[in-house]
Amino acid sequence: MPNSILRLENLRKKFGGVVAVDDLNLVFNKGEVTALIGPNGAGKTTVFNLITGFVKPTAGTILFKDIRLNHKKPHAIAALGIGRTFQNVQVFSNMTVLENVMVGRHLRSRNGMLMSAFLPPMLRREENRIRASAQERLVLLGLDRYAHLPAGSLPLGNQRMLEIARALALEPTLLFLDEPASGLNARETMAMGELIHKIKSMNITVILVEHDMELVMDISDRVAVINFGRLIAQGTPKEVQLNPDVINAYLGT
Amino acid sequence: MTSSSFSDILQFFFMGLQRGCIYALAAMGFNMIYNATGIINFAQGEFVVLGGLMMVTLTMAVKLPIPLAFLSTTVFVTLVGIAMERFTINPVKHPTVLRLIIITIAVSIIIKGLAMCFWGKNSHFMRHFSSTETLDFYGATILPQTLWIIGILLLIVAGYIYFFNYTMTGKCMRACAINRDAARLAGINDRKMVMLSFALSAGIGAIAGIIITPIIQMDYARGALLGIKGFGAAVLGGLGNSMGAIIAGVFIGILEALAAGYISSHYMDAIALIILMLVLFVRPSGIFGSSEAMRLKEF
Amino acid sequence: MKIKDYVGIGIVMAAVAVAPKLVGNEYYLGVLIFAALNCLTCTGLCLLMGYAGQISIGHGAFIAVGAYTSAVLTTKLGWSPWTAMGCGVILAAGIAVFMGLPTMRLKGHYLAMATLGFASIIHIVAVAAVDVTGGPSGITGIPRLQLFGFVLNSDTRNFYFYWGIVVAGLLLAVNLIHSRVGRGLQAIHGSEDAAASLGVNIAVDKIKVLVLSAVYASISGSLYAHYVLFIDPGPFDVMHSVLLVTMVAVGGLHNIWGAFSGALLLSLLPEGLSFLSEYLQTFDIRYRTDYDTLIYGGILLLIMLFLPEGLFEGLSRLLKTVFSLRRKWGGGLARHAE
Repeated sequence: MPNSILRLENLRKKFGGVVAVDDLNLVFNKGEVTALIGPNGAGKTTVFNLITGFVKPTAGTILFKDIRLNHKKPHAIAALGIGRTFQNVQVFSNMTVLENVMVGRHLRSRNGMLMSAFLPPMLRREENRIRASAQERLVLLGLDRYAHLPAGSLPLGNQRMLEIARALALEPTLLFLDEPASGLNARETMAMGELIHKIKSMNITVILVEHDMELVMDISDRVAVINFGRLIAQGTPKEVQLNPDVINAYLGT
Repeated sequence: MTSSSFSDILQFFFMGLQRGCIYALAAMGFNMIYNATGIINFAQGEFVVLGGLMMVTLTMAVKLPIPLAFLSTTVFVTLVGIAMERFTINPVKHPTVLRLIIITIAVSIIIKGLAMCFWGKNSHFMRHFSSTETLDFYGATILPQTLWIIGILLLIVAGYIYFFNYTMTGKCMRACAINRDAARLAGINDRKMVMLSFALSAGIGAIAGIIITPIIQMDYARGALLGIKGFGAAVLGGLGNSMGAIIAGVFIGILEALAAGYISSHYMDAIALIILMLVLFVRPSGIFGSSEAMRLKEF
Repeated sequence: MKIKDYVGIGIVMAAVAVAPKLVGNEYYLGVLIFAALNCLTCTGLCLLMGYAGQISIGHGAFIAVGAYTSAVLTTKLGWSPWTAMGCGVILAAGIAVFMGLPTMRLKGHYLAMATLGFASIIHIVAVAAVDVTGGPSGITGIPRLQLFGFVLNSDTRNFYFYWGIVVAGLLLAVNLIHSRVGRGLQAIHGSEDAAASLGVNIAVDKIKVLVLSAVYASISGSLYAHYVLFIDPGPFDVMHSVLLVTMVAVGGLHNIWGAFSGALLLSLLPEGLSFLSEYLQTFDIRYRTDYDTLIYGGILLLIMLFLPEGLFEGLSRLLKTVFSLRRKWGGGLARHAE
């Protein structure tokens, strides 16, 4: 029996009169890759935003290893070891690729403004450590040769990779990927699949939203299907593919 | 309460009303551009100044009859607004809010500079629309010009309601304000709506300047303060909500007049600013805005 | 990156060392001292605008807070200028925290209007609170600064001391930019959501950088008071705040050296313009200082439309293109010769 890392209990979110997430109960297992799928507007990204603190739930509970996340701010949730990427890539285009990943090490040091301004020699060793570990992440994702380019100049595929490198620099135990393959070509999508495998092997629990079903079925241990903010099916990729409700939701009778 | 203190309060109320109408109009101008573009136009106060000064020239120097001068001034400032959008907002290829805000600041400096070159640093007199003989009203006096101001504000509000609810263009503008992408998908030319919003807000600003100049005497440097008071009204009424802005503008004007009467006229100008700060701290969505919607806005 | 910054600071220091010899004229030395004050304020403002992406149109108010605190405490209570300057810094920082609070809850540029409103209030108070600020006639008899028994009583001494502070301010800012905190600020500018998802406490960091920039401005205000020895509300109007934004934006928002050069350039511009007006007079064209506003506005607009990254980056990019073109041309000619 695998143990759970994240539980959603009766989670509910209303935007004005629209119910985006409706009494959602879901358990995510540690060390697994779970895919959240569903038609457009099903509320998948809202679930991500609820868990990572960008949107506050109307009702229900989010439990991460018995810690209630409900009213925590995004930065506090990041500090618990929860990383994420964004559906519309959000690299810091005003910084270099390496600096982007170095921001990911933000929580791994504690130096404040005064220390940084007045005593930079004291921080040199730590700066070097941050730089080295950021460089490591870039090598892992094959981005090291772009290290000193402005992040905004990278093609979309590489920007998605960079976002993941940045999130990995946080050393998360739980990683949310919001449509990691969207906008990527076939070759890049394959590379993304391999990368997700690699991340799983690093003992990081991955939860992703994705529309590319081939990729989803290939990499996921479990799949949860949402429609109109409700869970309509979950199980292994095989089970879900054969579920009549799922076929219904996608084809719409 | 004695009757004299009642008439005092009534007097302050009238004084406040005439200023408040101006803030309300400036706030409407802010809202139009904000709804269409998501930016705050720092040149809004300059439109008011330009309207006032142009009207002074046309009535006092060129000696046009008032209705004709009114019309030409409004058209002129509207054209300035359109030119501002065409030459400074529209060409920006990669707009960021920060960059657009700085551009509107630049335009406001330029308009102010030009106004100083053409009209000098003095305040300018302008004759009232009709007689300057005050009317008695329960012990308080009221200038006919104040009635003009209130009447014109009401006319503009009526026009505003008609335009946004019963004309196609107005409905398109509202659609753009609510969801620009969706509006574009529905075939609305959002770029044109942005231009229209600058034209309308410049026109409304001009009218505000025209009707207040007989009372306050316009000079080139008034724009910043008029602008920020108008913004105070816009925020108090809920940014983007023009009906709220009108009520808030009148409210600020009256409060200002009461403060001038009972506290000190030195600090009169600070009242609107303090209200602005208070609203930003306590309820940034304004009295009539929803706080949930506010958090999502990109201003 | 860092090497470039140290080279930059080296160049500034060298220029400061030789400037009094080159200038040799008290008047122009004074102009450069005023330029130093603007450079100091703009360095702080650039941290806020360029690095954290928050705009303040009221930094003149923080200068006023520093200047008036120094003036009032030294002339009315007889405190030492240094203590007074410290009080100014604390007061400005406190106000900045207060101003920053709404931005904790809101996205975007509320700060712009809040600071503009604050600047107007400060100006009104400076004019109206006659008992404290002296009203429109201001405060006179502000003492000179003393440094280890040295009275800063000549323009050369003032020049070295003031520019020394600018260099220190630059150094601190550069250190900050290349640290964890600086990267966090730049990340906020890049994308607030992404920054938060990596653990950057955006609300607190925005307030911190606002406080820091207010401290720069407050110190520059105190220094102003102790240099001109007389203050009135005139220089602290909203227009001055807008001018500071112009300096930073013209030089380059995203680069501390851009903001620095912008401040230096625009501080010297009026002198350049008065030269120009003398020159134009020989052609019978009358230039009035009234046109200055128009010229500032025009420069700002042109830069924002055509060189949004500012003169500094724009010029360095232009130079790079010219060099690469020359290399191409040179190569082409060489091939042609073969």
